[in-house]
Amino acid sequence: MSVFRALVRRELSAFFQGPTGFIIIAAVLFLIGLGFVVVLSGLNGEATPMPVTQVFYGTYFFWVILLLIAPVITMRSFAMERASGTYESLMTAPIGDWQVVLSKFAGALIFYAILWLPLLVCSMVVRFYVGESAVLELGTMFTSALGVLLVGCLYMSLGCFASALTRNQAVAAVSGFAMGAALFFTGFFSFFAGDRSDWLSQLARHVSLPSHMESFSRGVIDLGAVIFFSSLTALFLYLTHKVVESRRWK
Amino acid sequence: MIEVQHLTKRYGQHVALDGVSFSVGPGEVVGFLGPNGAGKSTTMRILTTFMAATSGTARVCGDCVFEQPDRVRERIGYMPENNPLPPDLRVADYLGFRAQLKRLANGKAAERVGEVMEQCGIADVAKRFIDQLSRGYRQRVGMADALLAKPELIVLDEPTAGLDPNQVRSVRNLIRDLAGRHTVLISSHILSEIEMTCDRVVILHEGRLLASGALDELMAKANAVVAEVKTTLANAKEWAAELALGQAECAQQPGGYVRCRFANTTNDDARETIFASANARGWSLRELSRQAPSLEDLFVSLTRGREGG
Repeated sequence: MSVFRALVRRELSAFFQGPTGFIIIAAVLFLIGLGFVVVLSGLNGEATPMPVTQVFYGTYFFWVILLLIAPVITMRSFAMERASGTYESLMTAPIGDWQVVLSKFAGALIFYAILWLPLLVCSMVVRFYVGESAVLELGTMFTSALGVLLVGCLYMSLGCFASALTRNQAVAAVSGFAMGAALFFTGFFSFFAGDRSDWLSQLARHVSLPSHMESFSRGVIDLGAVIFFSSLTALFLYLTHKVVESRRWK
Repeated sequence: MIEVQHLTKRYGQHVALDGVSFSVGPGEVVGFLGPNGAGKSTTMRILTTFMAATSGTARVCGDCVFEQPDRVRERIGYMPENNPLPPDLRVADYLGFRAQLKRLANGKAAERVGEVMEQCGIADVAKRFIDQLSRGYRQRVGMADALLAKPELIVLDEPTAGLDPNQVRSVRNLIRDLAGRHTVLISSHILSEIEMTCDRVVILHEGRLLASGALDELMAKANAVVAEVKTTLANAKEWAAELALGQAECAQQPGGYVRCRFANTTNDDARETIFASANARGWSLRELSRQAPSLEDLFVSLTRGREGG
């Protein structure tokens, strides 16, 4: 366990030893702030039937941040180690392939979680000025955070997989973005599908990330969504492990 | 300590290793010698469990590197080619991190990191970032990492590449200190490097094993004689061909002399023959000396021997 902790700590320290981590945080902070202002001015002091969290995830800010930032967080994980050659000393240390894969995933996920902390402050601001606790119930905030974390798991595992495939960080970021965007926009079609019941529309509805997020932002833990996110995360982690293992295939 | 049998590695069509077999006993310092692309790094990567071979077997301390990689990894200290290190860490922090990966107990880790830093002469740069270090220091950080867990087998891929003569000497001394306590495997494409540090050599060429054994025995089979005679270049070339002492190179020198270098002299000492022959032609001779063979000479003599026999 101490080996795993050391690996995760190394992953996190890599973000903060250089400017990378701070640049990402600054960019996300700016986008969250912008989103917050847009949401507030959209409300315009009027009452809304939706929880504020749902309003935020309804805007495209959340998804833009997710799609753009996720591949930037994960692009380093394997690609940089391969490019610099430290991959070789890492993989010949007495540690297992799974430990490496999971520690890289965990490091990325923790950094991702740190990125969303300012959102918590934004919610507190709303709560303070509105003065009514009903606007932002703790339960709703908790389920929203869970939703953000689950989407994060999916995108971090997908990004790790993209990074494991190459030794070039730019390629890792672009292919990670392409896969993430493809997943997101496939789900997007469900809005056009309406209530058609052909298999394509059903598939689109099933992989629609925004609609999976919606229940979380309303304060509901949708078991289907939990299973959807965690099974896809497990799939991508498994694929990443296969790629890492492939160097020892004959 | 190491048992390698019929090891073959293919990358698609390219054959990097072709049926290589050798063994290394405990406490030996063995050098992998060969030009670039001979398969030295590939063999080391397979032995350190980084890659699998296409066919063949390799055992380290009795454990198969393909089936029990975890057990092998606990027993080796490995410095990969070009000694890759993370630039963003301080020396002591990096070694501390490596100590944790190698499961050194928390209390002992710091103590052991201090020990290897002392041993490798990097204690004075412990707080510096790795990317601020000179190549010589970086190399010693890599070696300190290989030594951390007091492994039975230490594998160093080109430990002296790119160092200046002083740094080479200090790395060489470090390696010689390890002899006896650890089994050491180093690779190099410089013969004198191996000659000064190793008891035995394994010579690889184009993925095949050319020879393995004590270096002096191999060296005895190859030597070179240099003669400077006063004649024309054309005459000298003709003369060299007539002598048939092996591959000869002739070059014009100032003062009307030609310098001839006879490699792979099959005769134990060809100097008498050369002297007599030059004398018979009435050429004045201003140098006649026997030289240690170069890696090239060694290869020539080994490949010749193989083709001939």
